Amino acid sequence: MRDTILFKYVLSLGDDALISAQRLAQWAYKAPFLEEDIALSNISLDLFGRANFLLEYAAELKGENTTADDLAFKRDERKFTNLLMCEHPNGNFADTIVCRFFLDAYDKLFFYTLSKSRDKQLASIAAKAIKETTYHYRHSSNWVIRLGDGTEGSHRKVQEAINNLWTFTGEFFKMTQTDIVMMKKKVGVDRKALKIEWDKTINDVCKEATLRIPENSFMTTGGREGIHTEHLGHLLSDMQYLQRAYPDATW
Amino acid sequence: MRNDNLPVWEVFVQPKTGAHFQHCGSVHATDKEMALQNARELYTRRQEGSCIWVVKAEDIVSSNPNDSESFFDPADDKVYRYPTFFKVSKKVKGL
Repeated sequence: MRDTILFKYVLSLGDDALISAQRLAQWAYKAPFLEEDIALSNISLDLFGRANFLLEYAAELKGENTTADDLAFKRDERKFTNLLMCEHPNGNFADTIVCRFFLDAYDKLFFYTLSKSRDKQLASIAAKAIKETTYHYRHSSNWVIRLGDGTEGSHRKVQEAINNLWTFTGEFFKMTQTDIVMMKKKVGVDRKALKIEWDKTINDVCKEATLRIPENSFMTTGGREGIHTEHLGHLLSDMQYLQRAYPDATW
Repeated sequence: MRNDNLPVWEVFVQPKTGAHFQHCGSVHATDKEMALQNARELYTRRQEGSCIWVVKAEDIVSSNPNDSESFFDPADDKVYRYPTFFKVSKKVKGL
């Protein structure tokens, strides 16, 4: 392998996109109304596209004839290093919107910084991601405001979603060994440094949406080390079923 | 949330800068921003446009199809409203 650390880094970003995409795709034909169904599916497809770019790059770094499909369909749960927020079940519509809102606000900052990476391939993938994420953020943040400042019921649901999901936001800014090495090489992003701006974004939107940010500071982490919640295994068993049951099947 | 509770908006897409906006369909949405976003999802995801207009369907004033005789038929026996009705002298230049 050419560069183990870079491989791990790219793979973790690919996993974020892939698992988010698969999760969002579960809304297809179940969203509250037709237009929103198409919106969520489109966002999911953007993320699958991003996952494809990143996993193809990771496969190239790994060598040994590895393909993006090998990485997506033939790794076990513990080998996935996505952030825990990405695998969180969709729950109700407010849960999904808040989950996406937290991630979109983070992605906006993350990919902006990554677009200046010394690694040209990562920089170009990031540049494409910024355009998509800007739109995704617009979609999710508008819904947070609409639901938060909406009816009593919608306000309650979106506030509950914020309270429940807050614990998974700490991981966004926790630097792993891989992150530190990549940052020093000016390839990766100083995620810790994104927190101030992210907090400000979340505060501004929540204020407009009349929502409250939880004060509890316990943060659930582990995704980047392959320690997942119980939900990832179920998602993978669904996503990987075909390649597991009929290895290398094509059609 | 059900579709039938949401207002309908008509969507007009401009295929490229400077071109006419063309009506291409409708979307459901609670507000302007959502209407614009939904229109983008439904009608411009394959690069069909450079700009979108959304207009609340209820704000559009339409002629009544029942009135179409009085509205449109009087035009059909007035051939002099077409430029081809007039003979143009060969001496006229620059037409």
